[in-house]
Amino acid sequence: MLSLSLTLAFALVAAAFALSFLRLLKGPHAPDRILALDTLYINAIALLVLLGIHLASPLYFEAALLIALMGFVGTVALCKFLLRGDIIE
Amino acid sequence: MRNWLPHPLLTPILAIIWLLLNNSVAPGQVVLGLLLGWAIPRFTLAFWPERVRIHAPLALLRFGGVFLFDVLVANLSVARLILSGPRALRPAFVVVPLDLANELAISLLANTICLTPGTVSARLSADRRALLVHALDCDDPDALVATIKARFEAPLKEIFAC
Amino acid sequence: MSPAVEALLSFLVLAGAAFTFIGSLGLARFRDFYTRLHGPTKATTLGVGCLLVASSIYFSVTGEGDSLSLHEILVTLFLFITAPVSAHLLAKAGLHRRLPSVAPPPRDD
Repeated sequence: MLSLSLTLAFALVAAAFALSFLRLLKGPHAPDRILALDTLYINAIALLVLLGIHLASPLYFEAALLIALMGFVGTVALCKFLLRGDIIE
Repeated sequence: MRNWLPHPLLTPILAIIWLLLNNSVAPGQVVLGLLLGWAIPRFTLAFWPERVRIHAPLALLRFGGVFLFDVLVANLSVARLILSGPRALRPAFVVVPLDLANELAISLLANTICLTPGTVSARLSADRRALLVHALDCDDPDALVATIKARFEAPLKEIFAC
Repeated sequence: MSPAVEALLSFLVLAGAAFTFIGSLGLARFRDFYTRLHGPTKATTLGVGCLLVASSIYFSVTGEGDSLSLHEILVTLFLFITAPVSAHLLAKAGLHRRLPSVAPPPRDD
Protein backbone atom coordinates (compact mmCIF):
# COMPACT_ATOMS: atom_id res chain seq x y z
CA MET A 1 0.00 0.00 0.00
CA LEU A 2 2.77 2.41 0.90
CA SER A 3 4.64 1.85 -2.35
CA LEU A 4 1.47 2.52 -4.35
CA SER A 5 0.76 5.78 -2.52
CA LEU A 6 4.43 6.75 -2.90
CA THR A 7 4.15 6.27 -6.67
CA LEU A 8 1.02 8.43 -6.73
CA ALA A 9 2.73 11.05 -4.58
CA PHE A 10 5.73 11.11 -6.97
CA ALA A 11 3.34 11.74 -9.85
CA LEU A 12 1.62 14.60 -8.00
CA VAL A 13 4.90 16.27 -7.07
CA ALA A 14 6.16 15.89 -10.64
CA ALA A 15 2.99 17.61 -11.87
CA ALA A 16 3.61 20.37 -9.31
CA PHE A 17 7.13 20.79 -10.77
CA ALA A 18 5.68 21.09 -14.27
CA LEU A 19 3.13 23.72 -13.20
CA SER A 20 5.73 25.82 -11.36
CA PHE A 21 8.08 25.54 -14.33
CA LEU A 22 5.29 26.78 -16.60
CA ARG A 23 4.92 29.86 -14.41
CA LEU A 24 8.70 30.35 -14.44
CA LEU A 25 8.68 30.42 -18.24
CA LYS A 26 5.52 32.52 -18.59
CA GLY A 27 6.31 35.20 -16.03
CA PRO A 28 5.11 37.82 -16.92
CA HIS A 29 6.91 39.92 -14.29
CA ALA A 30 10.13 39.41 -12.37
CA PRO A 31 8.38 38.79 -8.99
CA ASP A 32 6.29 36.05 -10.63
CA ARG A 33 9.48 34.31 -11.70
CA ILE A 34 11.01 34.61 -8.25
CA LEU A 35 7.83 33.16 -6.77
CA ALA A 36 8.06 30.27 -9.23
CA LEU A 37 11.67 29.62 -8.19
CA ASP A 38 10.61 29.75 -4.53
CA THR A 39 7.91 27.14 -5.20
CA LEU A 40 10.35 25.00 -7.17
CA TYR A 41 12.77 24.71 -4.26
CA ILE A 42 9.98 23.77 -1.87
CA ASN A 43 8.83 21.15 -4.41
CA ALA A 44 12.41 19.86 -4.53
CA ILE A 45 12.32 19.40 -0.74
CA ALA A 46 9.06 17.43 -1.10
CA LEU A 47 10.61 15.24 -3.80
CA LEU A 48 13.75 14.56 -1.75
CA VAL A 49 11.73 13.61 1.32
CA LEU A 50 9.62 11.23 -0.78
CA LEU A 51 12.78 9.73 -2.29
CA GLY A 52 14.19 9.25 1.20
CA ILE A 53 11.11 7.26 2.26
CA HIS A 54 11.10 5.32 -1.03
CA LEU A 55 14.75 4.28 -0.74
CA ALA A 56 14.55 3.96 3.08
CA SER A 57 17.66 6.11 3.43
CA PRO A 58 17.87 8.96 5.96
CA LEU A 59 20.69 10.59 3.96
CA TYR A 60 18.35 12.61 1.75
CA PHE A 61 17.15 14.56 4.76
CA GLU A 62 20.46 16.43 4.95
CA ALA A 63 20.11 17.51 1.33
CA ALA A 64 16.54 18.67 2.02
CA LEU A 65 17.75 20.76 4.96
CA LEU A 66 20.47 22.37 2.84
CA ILE A 67 18.02 23.17 0.03
CA ALA A 68 15.64 24.75 2.56
CA LEU A 69 18.42 26.99 3.90
CA MET A 70 19.90 27.99 0.53
CA GLY A 71 16.53 28.43 -1.17
CA PHE A 72 15.37 30.88 1.46
CA VAL A 73 18.58 32.91 1.22
CA GLY A 74 18.23 32.98 -2.58
CA THR A 75 14.64 34.21 -2.48
CA VAL A 76 15.49 36.93 0.04
CA ALA A 77 18.48 38.09 -2.03
CA LEU A 78 16.43 38.31 -5.23
CA CYS A 79 13.62 40.20 -3.45
CA LYS A 80 16.11 42.61 -1.93
CA PHE A 81 17.54 43.24 -5.39
CA LEU A 82 14.06 44.05 -6.74
CA LEU A 83 13.33 46.31 -3.78
CA ARG A 84 16.57 48.29 -3.87
CA GLY A 85 17.94 47.75 -7.40
CA ASP A 86 15.94 50.46 -9.12
CA ILE A 87 16.03 53.11 -6.45
CA ILE A 88 18.42 55.91 -7.32
CA GLU A 89 20.14 56.57 -4.05
CA MET B 1 24.84 38.08 35.16
CA ARG B 2 23.31 40.31 32.53
CA ASN B 3 26.38 39.94 30.38
CA TRP B 4 27.05 36.28 30.98
CA LEU B 5 23.59 34.96 30.17
CA PRO B 6 22.05 37.64 27.95
CA HIS B 7 19.16 35.58 26.56
CA PRO B 8 17.99 32.90 29.02
CA LEU B 9 15.34 31.68 26.55
CA LEU B 10 17.65 31.36 23.59
CA THR B 11 20.04 28.93 25.31
CA PRO B 12 17.60 25.98 25.71
CA ILE B 13 16.13 26.65 22.26
CA LEU B 14 19.56 26.49 20.60
CA ALA B 15 20.42 23.37 22.62
CA ILE B 16 17.21 21.66 21.45
CA ILE B 17 17.92 22.63 17.83
CA TRP B 18 21.44 21.16 18.17
CA LEU B 19 20.02 17.89 19.54
CA LEU B 20 17.43 17.73 16.73
CA LEU B 21 20.12 18.39 14.14
CA ASN B 22 22.18 15.49 15.48
CA ASN B 23 19.10 13.34 16.06
CA SER B 24 20.44 12.08 19.38
CA VAL B 25 20.18 12.73 23.12
CA ALA B 26 23.60 11.33 24.07
CA PRO B 27 25.01 13.11 27.17
CA GLY B 28 27.95 14.46 25.17
CA GLN B 29 25.63 16.08 22.65
CA VAL B 30 23.53 17.61 25.46
CA VAL B 31 26.62 19.22 26.98
CA LEU B 32 27.85 20.45 23.59
CA GLY B 33 24.37 21.81 22.78
CA LEU B 34 24.17 23.72 26.07
CA LEU B 35 27.68 25.05 25.52
CA LEU B 36 26.77 26.29 22.03
CA GLY B 37 23.48 27.66 23.36
CA TRP B 38 25.46 29.69 25.87
CA ALA B 39 28.30 30.76 23.56
CA ILE B 40 26.28 31.84 20.50
CA PRO B 41 24.05 34.40 22.30
CA ARG B 42 27.05 35.58 24.31
CA PHE B 43 29.18 36.38 21.27
CA THR B 44 26.42 37.70 19.01
CA LEU B 45 25.06 40.02 21.68
CA ALA B 46 25.68 43.09 19.52
CA PHE B 47 22.99 41.99 17.04
CA TRP B 48 20.13 41.70 19.55
CA PRO B 49 20.67 43.88 22.58
CA GLU B 50 17.01 43.69 23.62
CA ARG B 51 15.97 40.87 25.93
CA VAL B 52 12.79 38.96 25.04
CA ARG B 53 10.33 38.66 27.91
CA ILE B 54 7.33 36.35 27.82
CA HIS B 55 4.77 37.54 30.33
CA ALA B 56 2.12 34.87 29.84
CA PRO B 57 3.54 31.41 29.00
CA LEU B 58 0.09 29.79 29.16
CA ALA B 59 -1.28 32.27 26.64
CA LEU B 60 1.69 31.38 24.40
CA LEU B 61 0.74 27.69 24.53
CA ARG B 62 -2.91 28.47 23.77
CA PHE B 63 -1.80 30.73 20.90
CA GLY B 64 0.28 27.85 19.49
CA GLY B 65 -2.72 25.54 19.56
CA VAL B 66 -5.01 28.11 17.89
CA PHE B 67 -2.28 28.71 15.30
CA LEU B 68 -1.89 25.03 14.36
CA PHE B 69 -5.66 24.56 14.10
CA ASP B 70 -6.01 27.69 11.96
CA VAL B 71 -3.18 26.59 9.65
CA LEU B 72 -5.14 23.41 8.87
CA VAL B 73 -8.45 25.24 8.35
CA ALA B 74 -6.85 27.97 6.23
CA ASN B 75 -5.09 25.41 4.06
CA LEU B 76 -8.28 23.51 3.38
CA SER B 77 -10.11 26.73 2.45
CA VAL B 78 -7.24 27.93 0.22
CA ALA B 79 -7.12 24.50 -1.47
CA ARG B 80 -10.88 24.75 -2.12
CA LEU B 81 -10.47 28.27 -3.57
CA ILE B 82 -7.62 27.15 -5.84
CA LEU B 83 -9.62 24.20 -7.12
CA SER B 84 -12.75 26.30 -7.75
CA GLY B 85 -10.76 28.59 -10.05
CA PRO B 86 -9.86 32.26 -10.39
CA ARG B 87 -13.38 33.47 -11.18
CA ALA B 88 -14.72 32.68 -7.72
CA LEU B 89 -12.15 34.91 -6.02
CA ARG B 90 -12.82 38.25 -4.40
CA PRO B 91 -9.27 39.49 -3.63
CA ALA B 92 -8.82 42.70 -1.65
CA PHE B 93 -6.17 44.83 0.01
CA VAL B 94 -7.06 45.52 3.63
CA VAL B 95 -5.28 47.80 6.11
CA VAL B 96 -5.04 46.39 9.63
CA PRO B 97 -4.30 49.04 12.27
CA LEU B 98 -1.81 47.73 14.85
CA ASP B 99 -1.85 48.17 18.63
CA LEU B 100 1.42 46.28 19.17
CA ALA B 101 4.56 48.16 20.16
CA ASN B 102 7.04 45.27 20.35
CA GLU B 103 8.95 44.48 17.14
CA LEU B 104 8.98 40.75 17.79
CA ALA B 105 5.23 40.79 18.37
CA ILE B 106 4.65 42.60 15.07
CA SER B 107 6.80 40.10 13.16
CA LEU B 108 5.01 37.19 14.81
CA LEU B 109 1.65 38.71 13.88
CA ALA B 110 2.77 39.24 10.26
CA ASN B 111 4.06 35.65 10.05
CA THR B 112 0.88 34.25 11.60
CA ILE B 113 -1.48 36.04 9.26
CA CYS B 114 0.64 34.95 6.32
CA LEU B 115 0.08 31.32 7.22
CA THR B 116 -3.48 31.45 8.46
CA PRO B 117 -6.71 32.97 7.18
CA GLY B 118 -6.24 33.33 3.43
CA THR B 119 -4.14 36.49 3.78
CA VAL B 120 -0.56 37.59 3.08
CA SER B 121 0.96 40.56 4.87
CA ALA B 122 2.33 42.92 2.25
CA ARG B 123 3.67 46.09 3.80
CA LEU B 124 4.27 47.57 7.21
CA SER B 125 3.74 51.32 7.30
CA ALA B 126 6.80 53.43 8.14
CA ASP B 127 5.47 54.38 11.59
CA ARG B 128 4.65 50.72 12.42
CA ARG B 129 1.02 51.52 13.16
CA ALA B 130 -0.61 49.71 10.22
CA LEU B 131 -0.08 46.52 8.28
CA LEU B 132 -1.24 46.20 4.68
CA VAL B 133 -2.72 42.75 4.05
CA HIS B 134 -3.78 41.04 0.83
CA ALA B 135 -6.74 38.70 1.25
CA LEU B 136 -7.51 35.99 -1.28
CA ASP B 137 -11.27 35.88 -0.76
CA CYS B 138 -12.80 38.67 1.28
CA ASP B 139 -16.29 40.16 1.01
CA ASP B 140 -16.22 42.10 4.30
CA PRO B 141 -12.90 43.84 5.10
CA ASP B 142 -14.11 45.08 8.51
CA ALA B 143 -14.98 41.55 9.63
CA LEU B 144 -11.52 40.34 8.50
CA VAL B 145 -9.79 43.09 10.47
CA ALA B 146 -11.91 42.30 13.55
CA THR B 147 -11.06 38.58 13.28
CA ILE B 148 -7.33 39.23 12.98
CA LYS B 149 -7.37 41.64 15.91
CA ALA B 150 -9.37 39.37 18.22
CA ARG B 151 -7.86 36.03 17.27
CA PHE B 152 -4.16 36.84 16.84
CA GLU B 153 -3.34 40.34 17.98
CA ALA B 154 -5.00 40.19 21.43
CA PRO B 155 -3.11 37.03 22.55
CA LEU B 156 0.20 38.45 21.27
CA LYS B 157 -0.47 41.66 23.19
CA GLU B 158 -1.03 39.60 26.32
CA ILE B 159 2.07 37.43 25.78
CA PHE B 160 4.51 40.28 25.26
CA ALA B 161 2.66 42.82 27.44
CA CYS B 162 3.05 45.75 25.08
CA MET C 1 5.34 -2.23 10.03
CA SER C 2 1.77 -2.68 11.22
CA PRO C 3 -1.11 -2.06 8.77
CA ALA C 4 -2.39 0.88 10.86
CA VAL C 5 0.97 2.66 10.65
CA GLU C 6 1.18 1.92 6.95
CA ALA C 7 -2.31 3.36 6.38
CA LEU C 8 -1.39 6.49 8.36
CA LEU C 9 1.83 6.89 6.37
CA SER C 10 0.02 6.45 3.06
CA PHE C 11 -2.55 9.05 4.07
CA LEU C 12 0.12 11.57 5.14
CA VAL C 13 2.19 11.01 1.99
CA LEU C 14 -0.82 11.42 -0.29
CA ALA C 15 -2.16 14.46 1.59
CA GLY C 16 1.27 16.09 1.51
CA ALA C 17 1.75 15.48 -2.20
CA ALA C 18 -1.82 16.67 -2.92
CA PHE C 19 -1.26 19.93 -1.03
CA THR C 20 2.07 20.47 -2.82
CA PHE C 21 0.32 19.96 -6.14
CA ILE C 22 -2.56 22.29 -5.23
CA GLY C 23 -0.10 25.02 -4.21
CA SER C 24 1.62 24.85 -7.60
CA LEU C 25 -1.76 24.69 -9.32
CA GLY C 26 -2.67 27.98 -7.66
CA LEU C 27 0.63 29.44 -8.86
CA ALA C 28 -0.08 28.41 -12.45
CA ARG C 29 -3.78 29.19 -12.50
CA PHE C 30 -4.43 32.55 -10.88
CA ARG C 31 -4.50 35.81 -12.75
CA ASP C 32 -2.45 38.32 -10.84
CA PHE C 33 0.73 38.18 -8.82
CA TYR C 34 -0.86 38.82 -5.43
CA THR C 35 -3.37 35.97 -5.65
CA ARG C 36 -0.65 33.64 -6.99
CA LEU C 37 1.31 34.31 -3.82
CA HIS C 38 -1.25 32.47 -1.67
CA GLY C 39 -0.90 28.98 -3.14
CA PRO C 40 2.83 28.42 -2.57
CA THR C 41 2.97 30.09 0.86
CA LYS C 42 0.15 28.12 2.42
CA ALA C 43 -0.68 24.90 0.61
CA THR C 44 2.89 24.00 -0.34
CA THR C 45 4.21 24.67 3.16
CA LEU C 46 1.59 22.43 4.77
CA GLY C 47 2.15 19.81 2.06
CA VAL C 48 5.87 19.61 2.76
CA GLY C 49 5.04 19.62 6.49
CA CYS C 50 2.82 16.53 6.03
CA LEU C 51 5.56 14.76 4.03
CA LEU C 52 8.15 15.51 6.72
CA VAL C 53 5.87 14.17 9.47
CA ALA C 54 5.40 11.02 7.37
CA SER C 55 9.19 10.73 6.98
CA SER C 56 9.67 11.19 10.73
CA ILE C 57 7.17 8.41 11.54
CA TYR C 58 8.66 6.13 8.87
CA PHE C 59 12.24 6.39 10.13
CA SER C 60 11.12 6.14 13.78
CA VAL C 61 9.29 2.88 13.02
CA THR C 62 11.82 1.27 10.70
CA GLY C 63 15.06 2.66 12.19
CA GLU C 64 17.42 0.45 14.14
CA GLY C 65 16.46 -0.05 17.79
CA ASP C 66 13.70 2.17 19.10
CA SER C 67 15.36 5.48 18.29
CA LEU C 68 13.02 8.31 17.38
CA SER C 69 13.80 10.27 14.25
CA LEU C 70 12.82 13.85 15.04
CA HIS C 71 15.20 15.92 12.95
CA GLU C 72 12.54 16.34 10.24
CA ILE C 73 10.83 18.72 12.66
CA LEU C 74 13.74 21.08 12.05
CA VAL C 75 12.96 21.45 8.34
CA THR C 76 9.23 21.85 9.08
CA LEU C 77 9.96 24.54 11.67
CA PHE C 78 12.35 26.29 9.32
CA LEU C 79 9.82 26.29 6.48
CA PHE C 80 7.07 27.60 8.75
CA ILE C 81 9.31 30.49 9.78
CA THR C 82 10.75 31.32 6.35
CA ALA C 83 7.72 30.86 4.05
CA PRO C 84 5.85 33.91 5.44
CA VAL C 85 9.03 35.99 5.35
CA SER C 86 9.63 35.28 1.67
CA ALA C 87 5.92 35.84 0.94
CA HIS C 88 6.04 39.19 2.70
CA LEU C 89 9.19 40.24 0.81
CA LEU C 90 7.71 39.13 -2.52
CA ALA C 91 4.49 41.06 -1.86
CA LYS C 92 6.55 44.10 -0.95
CA ALA C 93 8.60 43.75 -4.14
CA GLY C 94 5.37 43.43 -6.14
CA LEU C 95 3.92 46.58 -4.58
CA HIS C 96 7.19 48.39 -5.15
CA ARG C 97 7.10 47.46 -8.83
CA ARG C 98 3.39 48.43 -8.99
CA LEU C 99 2.36 45.12 -10.52
CA PRO C 100 -1.21 45.01 -11.85
CA SER C 101 -3.71 43.42 -9.49
CA VAL C 102 -7.32 42.24 -9.66
CA ALA C 103 -8.08 43.86 -6.32
CA PRO C 104 -8.09 47.66 -6.24
CA PRO C 105 -4.48 48.56 -5.38
CA PRO C 106 -3.79 50.34 -2.09
CA ARG C 107 -3.02 54.03 -2.07
CA ASP C 108 0.56 55.06 -1.43
CA ASP C 109 1.56 56.58 1.85
